[in-house]
Amino acid sequence: MLEIKNLHVDLEDEDKTILKGVDLTVEAGKVHAIMGPNGSGKSTLSYVLSGRDGYKVTQGTATLEGHDILDMEPEERAAAGLFLAFQYPVEIPGVGNMTFMRTALNAQRKARGEDEMSAADFLKLIRAKAKELHIDADMLKRPVNVGFSGGEKKRNEILQMALLEPKMCILDETDSGLDVDAMKLVADGVNALRSEGRGFLVITHYQRLLDHIKPDFVHIMSDGRIIKTGGPELALEVEKNGYADILAEVA
Amino acid sequence: MALSNPKQSTTDARLAALKLPGGGGWTDAARKDALGRVRAMGLPQRRDEYWKFTRPDTLTQAEAPKAEAFHPGEHEIFGGVDRLKIVFVDGVFDATASDDLEAEGIKIERLEASASADIHWARDLYGVLEARGQTPVDRPLAALNTAAATDGVLIHVTGRAQRPVNLIYRHESDSSDAMLHHVIKLDAGSEMTLLENGPAAARFNDVLEVDLGDGARFHHVRTQGRDHQRRASTHIFARLGHECAFKSFTMTANGALTRNECVIELLGNDASAHIAGASMGDGDFHDDDTVFVIHDALRCESRQVFKKVLRNGATGVFQGKILVKAGAQKTDGYQISQSLLLDGDSQFLAKPELEIYADDVICSHGSTSGAIDEDAMYYLRARGVPKAIATDLLTLAFLAEAVDEIADPSLQDEIKTLLEGWLERRRG
Repeated sequence: MLEIKNLHVDLEDEDKTILKGVDLTVEAGKVHAIMGPNGSGKSTLSYVLSGRDGYKVTQGTATLEGHDILDMEPEERAAAGLFLAFQYPVEIPGVGNMTFMRTALNAQRKARGEDEMSAADFLKLIRAKAKELHIDADMLKRPVNVGFSGGEKKRNEILQMALLEPKMCILDETDSGLDVDAMKLVADGVNALRSEGRGFLVITHYQRLLDHIKPDFVHIMSDGRIIKTGGPELALEVEKNGYADILAEVA
Repeated sequence: MALSNPKQSTTDARLAALKLPGGGGWTDAARKDALGRVRAMGLPQRRDEYWKFTRPDTLTQAEAPKAEAFHPGEHEIFGGVDRLKIVFVDGVFDATASDDLEAEGIKIERLEASASADIHWARDLYGVLEARGQTPVDRPLAALNTAAATDGVLIHVTGRAQRPVNLIYRHESDSSDAMLHHVIKLDAGSEMTLLENGPAAARFNDVLEVDLGDGARFHHVRTQGRDHQRRASTHIFARLGHECAFKSFTMTANGALTRNECVIELLGNDASAHIAGASMGDGDFHDDDTVFVIHDALRCESRQVFKKVLRNGATGVFQGKILVKAGAQKTDGYQISQSLLLDGDSQFLAKPELEIYADDVICSHGSTSGAIDEDAMYYLRARGVPKAIATDLLTLAFLAEAVDEIADPSLQDEIKTLLEGWLERRRG
């Protein structure tokens, strides 16, 4: 599904290298988790894959189902099936949440040569999906993320994911700022989307989220590289001993 | 005091080129007084402080600069609203295109048709609010209008007007120079909605005087036409009694030069005045909103919300003032003016002012210039929204605070449709 090879990335504005050769393959139907200390490059990886400005790829490739995504505009990546659940969802005053989601869905459908969805069909769809995530009608009517609590913002991200049905989902610290109940709700939303044809890359600091979203593989990232890969037990090891042991062991 | 030489010669040349309406009747004295005001003040010059950001030359020169009439052939503005239509073509009343000037709750007459009468209710208002508005700042183009306006409507609102009155200003002649003057008197407790749309002429000078009796409500929505070369100088003078509500919204898209002045006097306690504008300019566009709100009563509220979208060298100007007189305690004044600069060529010039002589008031003002928010843009694109559509969405979002000032949802939708259309045509 997603194949990253020897990816090197610099910050565009300063002479600083963030990613120093990332290799990672996420297969359809699998959940991969990336853990790592602050500043290891986890969020940068998610930004570079989704096409945020300000980064320069100096080496390496990233492909989605064989298509080079690094050359695509952010909206083309989305239409191709890539989805990033933001660590800090952006507030957009003046744009209604519903308008936003309908515009996004129809833009993606149009880009893929599919028919746009009618307002009535969309309303039915979004209401059904929102209900599953305990998102009330009021949240749909408000401007995008404006005045949302931390939990509401993250649920809104998962709602967009459920609506857009991407092939490859990247979750950037979706657990940050959530209490236990909110985290469980978000995890349930993600788990409901797990399927044979869909890949997940879950970026997190803590093992906690992985209790709810059970990963197939866990990668430890440090200083712009993946330094260790294992099964779910690797996350438990981090939880118990911190990153220090692993870093020492690799060094 | 004698006028400066250039002011004197500009004023003389303009007045010499004008044919002043005469023929007796109740307007004669008002016109004569106004002419005296014009001569004393002189027409605006580039060096005048109040015209620092806007060159008045083309508004004051004897001949109107040519402006091609533009016929977009699109849907009728306010077409979805049940309204009474009054049509002026290049400033001349068009009886055939207009509805009968009869409606429940209001009496409508034309200035031109009623000016020869000996007495008229409008005598106490015509040019009166304009003259009051000359202090503390000169507005000579408004006085010129009172002196020389050829027509307009006189509306007396006695109850709740059944449907909006729509003044439609068509522009046919490339060299037309139109001057209209409207007077609206709202009796205590009455209510009406006034709609205005259209470019009116190659050059348009428009004055609207609105007098609100206690508890009256006035809603005003206007769009100023899409003709690229048109020029306009408009004035709204409003006087509010106790517990009145005044709401005025203007959409300005295109036009070589637009100067919209507005003077609101809050004279009765607990009144409220909201003035809003949404402007969009591309290229040869100079759009100036000059607003003066005077608080002279207790517990009044005023809001000024002006938003301008500018690209390709367009210029936006905002001069807004809140004057709180001594004794106008518990005033709540708000003013925001913002521009969205879609490229590096455009400019926004703002002069927000507060002058407060009461000690128990809340007044706030803000002014910003900025580009499209990059984080919001990335977020939208990451969800699959193409850049051009995302830009439009964010532009409409920027204008929303001004458009939200329109109370009636169907009128709000009309304006949103026009704004979306303007953006769509530029998406390429």
